[in-house]
Amino acid sequence: MNDNAVEFDTEGVTRNFMFINRKAPYGTIYALEVLEAVLISAAFEQNAVIAFVDDGVFQIKKGQDTKAVNMKNFSPTYGIIEMEKEDADEDEDIDMVWRIVVEKESMEARGLTKDDFVVDVEVLDSAELAKLMAEQEMVISG
Amino acid sequence: MIHTVNKSPFERNSLDSCFRLAEKGSPVLLIEDAVYSAKKETSVSDKVSSEMENHPMFVLGPDLQARGISEDQVMDGITVVDYGGFVDLVVEHGAANSWL
Repeated sequence: MNDNAVEFDTEGVTRNFMFINRKAPYGTIYALEVLEAVLISAAFEQNAVIAFVDDGVFQIKKGQDTKAVNMKNFSPTYGIIEMEKEDADEDEDIDMVWRIVVEKESMEARGLTKDDFVVDVEVLDSAELAKLMAEQEMVISG
Repeated sequence: MIHTVNKSPFERNSLDSCFRLAEKGSPVLLIEDAVYSAKKETSVSDKVSSEMENHPMFVLGPDLQARGISEDQVMDGITVVDYGGFVDLVVEHGAANSWL
């Protein structure tokens, strides 16, 4: 290894992250970039709250089919995240905590319900989400 | 003149500006993130509904499909067009103004 290389000792270090998705999925690159960051945090077994607010709620809407616009439909990836979350919840050796939350006001303004999403979500009102946000150590927003 | 809008009505005011400034009778085509404006039962549905009196309203099918909005979730009175239909509208109505 290069002598100048910076080494990060991440063993046993766990932080509470919140990822705030505020953008619709295909009009801009924000949604995909946040998803990349979510996956990286998962690789390091960090605690994560994945929140969907404003147009971000559309990222996990059921029935997306992007063939005709030649873009990658990444909504199924959140399904995989949900499966990983369930595995982590059951495995005693993995102590990371993941939550997938949706802001109630954003969901309702867009005529959506809990059943419209590709994953099982916790619906929190804005006051509850604000409180949860204030408890985080790292917030990554896009 | 035809007006296209490509921003979500929940995030930007592009749709409002379009409705405010587009001449009565000129068509409005919703594309990219603006297709959410065409969805039923949202907080902007009433506004879009009332503007249908002033503008023939269209929405681009491939962008709806990408976002998981089926045609039965599109408000009545909005016509779904494909890319060919987009071209036809531009040919028919001349200059296009993009509300970005």
